[in-house]
Amino acid sequence: MTGVGLTATMVQGMPAFGRQITVEEALTPVDVQLKKKMADIALNAARSKGASYADVRIGRYLNQVVSTRETRVDNISNAESYGLGVRVIANGSWGFAATNNMDNDSIAKAAEIAVAIAKGNAKLLTEKVQLAPQKGFGEVSWKTPIEINALEVPIPEKVAMLLEVNKEAMKAGAKFVNSNLFMINEQKYFASTDGSYIDQDIHRIWPNFTVTKVDSAGGKFETRNALSAPMGMGFEYLRPKDEEKIKGGPVTMYKKRYDILEDVKEAVAHVEEKLKAKPIAPGKYDLVLDPSHLFLTIHESVGHPTELDRVLGYEANYAGTSFLTLDKWESKKFNFGSKQVNIIADKTQPGSLGAVGYDDEGVKCGKWDIIKDGILVNYQTIRDQAHILGLKESQGCCYADSWDSIQFQRMPNVSLAPSKEALSAADMVKNVEKGIYMFGRNSYSIDQQRYNFQFSAQLAYEIKEGKIVGMFKDAAYQANTQEFWNSCVKCCGQDDFRLGGTFSDGKGQPGQASAVSHGSATTRFNGVNVINTGRRIG
Amino acid sequence: MAILSKEEAQAILKKVIGFSKADACEVSLNGSDGGNIRYARNAVSTAGQISVMSLAVNSTFGKKTGTATINEFDDASLQKVVKRSEELAMLAPENPEYMPLLGPQDFPESTTYNAKTAAMTPDTRADMVAKSLEVSKAAKLEAAGFLENSTRFNSVMNSKGLFAYNKSTNVSFSVTVRNQEGTGSGYIEQDFNDLDKMDTLALSKIAAKKANGSAGAKAIEPGKYTVILEPLAASDMLGNMFRGFDARSADEGRSFMSKKGGGTRLGEQLFSENINIYSDPFNPELPSSTWDRDGLPNKRTQWVEKGVVKNLSYSRYWAAQKGAQPLPFNRSIVLEGGNQSLEELIKGTEKGILVTRFWYIRSVDPQTLLLTGLTRDGTFYIENGEIKFPLKNFRFNESPVIMLNNVEALGKPVRTGSGMIPPMKIRDFTFTSLSDAV
Repeated sequence: MTGVGLTATMVQGMPAFGRQITVEEALTPVDVQLKKKMADIALNAARSKGASYADVRIGRYLNQVVSTRETRVDNISNAESYGLGVRVIANGSWGFAATNNMDNDSIAKAAEIAVAIAKGNAKLLTEKVQLAPQKGFGEVSWKTPIEINALEVPIPEKVAMLLEVNKEAMKAGAKFVNSNLFMINEQKYFASTDGSYIDQDIHRIWPNFTVTKVDSAGGKFETRNALSAPMGMGFEYLRPKDEEKIKGGPVTMYKKRYDILEDVKEAVAHVEEKLKAKPIAPGKYDLVLDPSHLFLTIHESVGHPTELDRVLGYEANYAGTSFLTLDKWESKKFNFGSKQVNIIADKTQPGSLGAVGYDDEGVKCGKWDIIKDGILVNYQTIRDQAHILGLKESQGCCYADSWDSIQFQRMPNVSLAPSKEALSAADMVKNVEKGIYMFGRNSYSIDQQRYNFQFSAQLAYEIKEGKIVGMFKDAAYQANTQEFWNSCVKCCGQDDFRLGGTFSDGKGQPGQASAVSHGSATTRFNGVNVINTGRRIG
Repeated sequence: MAILSKEEAQAILKKVIGFSKADACEVSLNGSDGGNIRYARNAVSTAGQISVMSLAVNSTFGKKTGTATINEFDDASLQKVVKRSEELAMLAPENPEYMPLLGPQDFPESTTYNAKTAAMTPDTRADMVAKSLEVSKAAKLEAAGFLENSTRFNSVMNSKGLFAYNKSTNVSFSVTVRNQEGTGSGYIEQDFNDLDKMDTLALSKIAAKKANGSAGAKAIEPGKYTVILEPLAASDMLGNMFRGFDARSADEGRSFMSKKGGGTRLGEQLFSENINIYSDPFNPELPSSTWDRDGLPNKRTQWVEKGVVKNLSYSRYWAAQKGAQPLPFNRSIVLEGGNQSLEELIKGTEKGILVTRFWYIRSVDPQTLLLTGLTRDGTFYIENGEIKFPLKNFRFNESPVIMLNNVEALGKPVRTGSGMIPPMKIRDFTFTSLSDAV
C-alpha cells in the first residue's frame, strides 16, 4: 500500500517492476467493464468521504527485456506490475493512495486513505489547488497504432535475431558485442469525477547494441552504439524498408523502420575508423547535427527548461530550476534562438514515445508552439498549473510511471520543426569550411538551470571546405543554450525529419522515469566551441 | 509484514526449496518498509509510505536457468512460482557461464540495523522537515528538500544449504536552500543507518549559510586551479571509479584498469603514494551486509595501498577462468585521509577554489575515466587561507584517476554517497567553461 499527498512533482531508470509472468499472461488484458466497475468503486468512495474531485488510474504495466552478449543470452525478463492509484482533492489539497489488492474493499480503502491524506495536508496548505476545467469524455479508448504487437512475437525469435546481430558483428571483426531489445506495453485505464472512462493501450520498443573493438597493443578501445531510436511502435520497427532509409552520407540513417543487421555491420567498420581517427584541435567549428544526435540536445536544453514545475521551483532540490523564468515568457520577446528555431510540443505525433490519446489526468492530447520564430511563447503544463499561464485548459502533460506513482508534469515530445525548403543533409555540409558532422548520442551534461551544456557523439566526421574528409576523435562541444540556438542557421526539410528519444527520462523524488521523443531534421549551427577530451592516465 | 525476522524468512525459504524439483534451486526473499516526504517553496508537496515484499526463485536444470517472482506467500502461490521458474528453465538456452551453487557459508551478523530508524513514522518525518523549514523561513530563504527512511531485509537460501540473512535501516536527507532573488543557493545531503545521527536543523543551517554566502558570485577565467573538494564533491567524482575495480572488463581490454599490451593494472602504481582505499563491512560509520548477492562473504579488502592497485573484484565465473579467488566488490569504501578539517585545508591554501558539490556528472571517455559536470550550490575563491568571495559555477572535464595523482592534502573522511571520503586538496583541476546557473 502506498499513501501519498501531493501538490508537485518528481528522477531515473526503467520503471520498477513487478512480477515475472508468462508470455501468455501478458497477452490477456483486463476486461474493460471490470476496470470501469473498480474505478467507480474508488470514485464513489472518494466522493462519499468528502472529495471534491477524484481520479483513478488502473494500470497494468508490462515490460519485456531480452539481453545478449556475443553467443549467449544474458537475460530474459517478462514482468507485470498491476494495481490502482486514486488521487483526490479534499479541502483544497491533493491526496493520493494506491493498492495492488484489487478487491472492492481494498479499492474503497485506498480512496479513503487518499481523502484522509488530502485533509491532513490541507492544514499545511499555503494555496488551494486550482484545477483547470476538463470536460468528461464518457467511455473512450486509444491505442498506439501498431502493426505487430511486440509481446506477441515469440521470445525465441527475438533471441535468434539478437544472436544473429552478434554473429554479424563478430564476423565483421568486433571483439565484443552486447545487444538488447526492450518492449513496454502500458495498459492504462483512467476515470475521473469529470465523467471520463478512458482505456488506453500504449506500446513502445527499443532495439540497441554496443560493438567494441580493442587495440590491445596500444591499450585503447572504442565502441559504437546502435543508431536506432526508441519508438512508440510495434515490432514492425524492426522490419526494414528501403524507403525508410537515408543513404548517400557517411552513415545509413533510419526513419520509421530500422535495419539492425545493416547497422551493426556499419558499426564495426565505424569502430575500426574510430580507433584510427585523428584527435580534434580545440576551437570554433560549424556543426552539422544529425537527428540521432540532436534529439538529446533538444531534450536537455529545450525540453527541460520549459517544464513549468521546474520554472516554479518544485524541482529545485533535484533536477534544478530553469533559466526560462516567467518574466522572459511574459516579455514576449525573449529570443531563445534564431528565427529558424521553431520548437513544437506534440503529444499526438505518430511513432513517438510520448504519443497518447489522453494524459494521466484525462486531458485530450494536442500540439502547441513552445518557441516560435526563435521567441519563447509557451511552457508545458498540467491541470493545476494552467491558471499560472492564464490558460483555460491544461496542455495534457501529466504522467505517472506506475499505478503507485503520483502523476505530475512530464515532458511531451518536443521537436525542432524542419525547414519549409526541401534541403538535404548535403546542403547543410556543402558550404562548411571547418566543421564537424555528428551522429548518435554519447556523453551529455547540462547545468541545473540549463544554461551551460556539453555533448559528444558516437561519430564525429571532419568537414573541410564543404567535404567530409575523415573522422575526429575526442570531440565535444560546449555552449550556452541561448547562444547555441541563436547560432542555428538552417535545417533540412521534412524529408529528412526523424525522431530520436529516450526510454528513461528521470525526474522527481522519489524518481520516476518517462519515455519521450524529440524530432528534427539535420541542422547546422555556426561557430560552436569544441574541446578535445583526450587524456592520458597511468 | 514486510520486514521478516531471520527465523520467519528462513521458514518461508525452506518451504519453497522443499517444493523444488530442479537440479539446483536458489530462492531470495526481500522486503522493505519506509516512507518519504518532499517539500519545495517552503511547503510540503508530497508524502508517501510504501511496504513491499517479494520472492524470486531461480531454478536450474543442467546449465539452463529460469527465474520467476511473486508477492503472495500462501502455499499455493509458493508452489506456483517454483513451477513457473522450472518451466522457464526448461525453455531457456544454456548459459555457458553458469556457476554451480555455493554450499553453506559462514556470515557474521552485520551492524546495519538500527531500531530507532526502523520505528520512524510519518510524524517523525514531518517533524524533521519542520526543523528544516524553521531555518529557511527564519532566514527568509526558500527551501526544497527530501527526507526518506527505509528498513530492509534480504535473505537467500539454496538447495545446497546456503542461507544468508541481513536486516538494515537507512535515513537520508537532502535540502537545497535558495535566496528569494535566485542569486544564491546552498545544498547539503547526508545519510545514516542510525536516526540519532541525523540533525536536519544543523544540516539546513549549513545549506542556508551557503545560500547567503554564494550570492553575488564573481566570474573568473576557467582553467587549471588548485581545488578543495568538500567530501560530497569528492565523492561525486569517485563513485564511478570505484565501480571500475572489476577484473573482467580490465582483462577484456575495455576499462581504465586495462594494461597496455593486455592484462590488468593489478600491482601497478596508478595513484599518488598518499592514496589508500579499502572496504570493510564492519566500518562503524558505514556498515554494510556481510555477504554479497552471489553468496560470497564480504570481508575487509584493500583495493589500493600507497597508490598501488592491490585487488580487483572477480565474479565466481571470471575467477574460475583466470585461476583467481572470487572477490566481491563492497560499497563500504573508505578512502583514508588525515585528521585535518575542511577549515584547516582552506587555511593552508594560498590560492584555490572551494567546491561544495558537483552536478550532472557524465562519463566522457571510459578509457581515461574522463568525466564532465558542473559545480553547484556554493563555489568559493580562496586566497591566503581564507574564503574571499563566491564564484560563478564552472564546467569541469577531469578524470578521478588524474585527480588522485594530484593530491596535495587529505582531510578527515566522512560518510557520503560513495563511501567514507575525505575533503581533498587537488592541484591542476581542469575547469573548461563558466555557467550562469545558480
